[in-house]
Amino acid sequence: MFSFHKSSGLFATTCCGILLASMPFVASAEQAGHYGYGESATDEQIAAWDIDIRPDGMGLPEGSGSVDEGMAVYETHCASCHGSFGEGMGRYPKLAGGEGSLDQDRPEKTVGSYWPYASTLWDYIHRAMPFFAPQSLSDDQVYALTAYVLNLNYIVDGDFVANKETLPKVEMPNQDGFIWDDPRPVVNNERCMKDCKGEVTVSDSAEGKNLTPSTTGPLDEGITE
Amino acid sequence: MLGKLRRLNRDVPKVALEESERLPSAERRRFLRNGLFTAGGAMVGGALAGIAPRALAATQYPPEIPSWTRTLGAGVVTDPYGVPSPFEKEVIRRNVPWLTADKVSSISFAPLQHLKGIITPNGLFFERHHAGRPEIDPQLHRLMIHGLVERPIILSMEDLQRFPSVSQINFIECPANGGMEWRGAQLNSLQFLHGMVSCAEWTGVRLSTLLQDVGIKPEGKWLLAEGADGAAMTRSIPLEKALDDVIVAYAQNGEALRREQGYPIRLVVPGWEGNTHVKWLRRLEVGDKPWMQREETSKYTDLMADGTAHGFTWVMEAKSVITSPCPEMPLRGKGIHQIEGLAWSGRGKVKAVDVSVDGGQNWQKAQLREPVMSKSLTRFSLEWKWNGNPALLQSRVIDETGYVQPTLAQLRQVRGTNSIYHKNSIQTWQVNADGSVVNVQLS
Repeated sequence: MFSFHKSSGLFATTCCGILLASMPFVASAEQAGHYGYGESATDEQIAAWDIDIRPDGMGLPEGSGSVDEGMAVYETHCASCHGSFGEGMGRYPKLAGGEGSLDQDRPEKTVGSYWPYASTLWDYIHRAMPFFAPQSLSDDQVYALTAYVLNLNYIVDGDFVANKETLPKVEMPNQDGFIWDDPRPVVNNERCMKDCKGEVTVSDSAEGKNLTPSTTGPLDEGITE
Repeated sequence: MLGKLRRLNRDVPKVALEESERLPSAERRRFLRNGLFTAGGAMVGGALAGIAPRALAATQYPPEIPSWTRTLGAGVVTDPYGVPSPFEKEVIRRNVPWLTADKVSSISFAPLQHLKGIITPNGLFFERHHAGRPEIDPQLHRLMIHGLVERPIILSMEDLQRFPSVSQINFIECPANGGMEWRGAQLNSLQFLHGMVSCAEWTGVRLSTLLQDVGIKPEGKWLLAEGADGAAMTRSIPLEKALDDVIVAYAQNGEALRREQGYPIRLVVPGWEGNTHVKWLRRLEVGDKPWMQREETSKYTDLMADGTAHGFTWVMEAKSVITSPCPEMPLRGKGIHQIEGLAWSGRGKVKAVDVSVDGGQNWQKAQLREPVMSKSLTRFSLEWKWNGNPALLQSRVIDETGYVQPTLAQLRQVRGTNSIYHKNSIQTWQVNADGSVVNVQLS
């Protein structure tokens, strides 16, 4: 329909429209392989794209990296945004610290204070970091960075070596801080129609706070802080 | 006519007047020379653009005959792909620079104050990128489906379009919509307060069709969706939802997806938080457990006041907002006004919307405007005679499950102020005596 492949696409649409229209609806449409489109994915193709890592370690490749090796990689590829000690820079995220802050007025959600699984660190660094050159690091470098960031958060010792055996065993401080099998608290209101509350008080107003970019004229780049 | 205009409007810029005086003969010469009108409309618009609005009005209102009635307009395919009128140039997506470190991993807001229906025009649909908008050649793009399936496959975009297609109208909302307001009122704009929601007709293939065709192994319980962008965005989705109403969409409002919306393909997960609607989709893996990816652990989890967090808070609960009036669209004088707005629910249809003009003391039932569809934006309106006194406008949606949209105070009581996500509370607009409208919060 959209000229991904103009002539054959059009043909395919017409062809299947006619086929489906002339066919009585049968249960076979629910059976595996009814359409059979596409090519079979080979093990090699799957292995190259299947990059996800689970908390139980499923997906972790061969290789390893130490905290010391990680420090060097971090200084080169990470420190310019995340700070030398994971303290963050500007609005780029803080990676370390924030322990005990989650129930405070200004919580700091870092790898150490918030992230529930160490596997997520390997997975995310590998798939999306460094920000400006994602998927450019070797598996060993990712292991090393993972070890280093865990060490910045005092979760592993300086002699820790990350690999597919050791990483799934790392217990994150906030692992039990999440509720997964329970929906968020549903906040119920009542559908009152008359005299629903005695007094109405305005507690805060956005007027005069100078945080709102202009919504007329060209894009407003003015308010950056 | 022009002589009269000059007498009446001495402040009209001389150059502009001379431009408009030259118009008819200039147009005529062009017509004679080219034999076709191609730029007539642009010429008129361009020439008149320099005239002050008041003076311009005098040339166009009765008893005068508007200039566009006395000239020929632009021919067909002047814009082979149509664009809005230049007079609509301010109707654009906008961003809040202080929210994010850069524009590559950032968000833009749809101009809800200007949108008149339930469908968001493709060029105005809000954007959320984690590593920028990739430029993907659809002929080279592939979708891999593997994991706990009988027959792992790789589909070209052409393959995908051979499957039976469906179309459905669904909103997509970023769960951080309004998230800047948990602690207090900050932004004085409908666009920036609520513009992380948009709605479109999506066309594509049901995920159930694809998954049944590759055959799910009995132990398969979860699906991982992954994007082809530089963030390789991933989310775990339970198969129950995946097989319910999720589609792999290749079209948006009748045309191919926009690049900002995942061209050539994206997931549409009706009613669930925007982050799960993985764009630039390249891979679907069936597994027996969730993957606990960055986007479902460190992000898109809701921190409660006691320091615990709720994960897998997928559904966008019912929400509504008055779009007219709003800070960008103040009231122009006393009298009868149509209070209008949008309501939606991730759990199904909007059942009713109530409107209050006194900060929630008393409510009136608003009219719903057709069509009212499940997990879609729905319009509502209420006629209101404004007496010129200050007022506090609110809307409150009730969805088909009976859920009633909460107040901000109710939300804060249960969730504290650190959740960031899923702030679906009632919005209060303060109408001042001069008709201006301000974002306020009530205690």
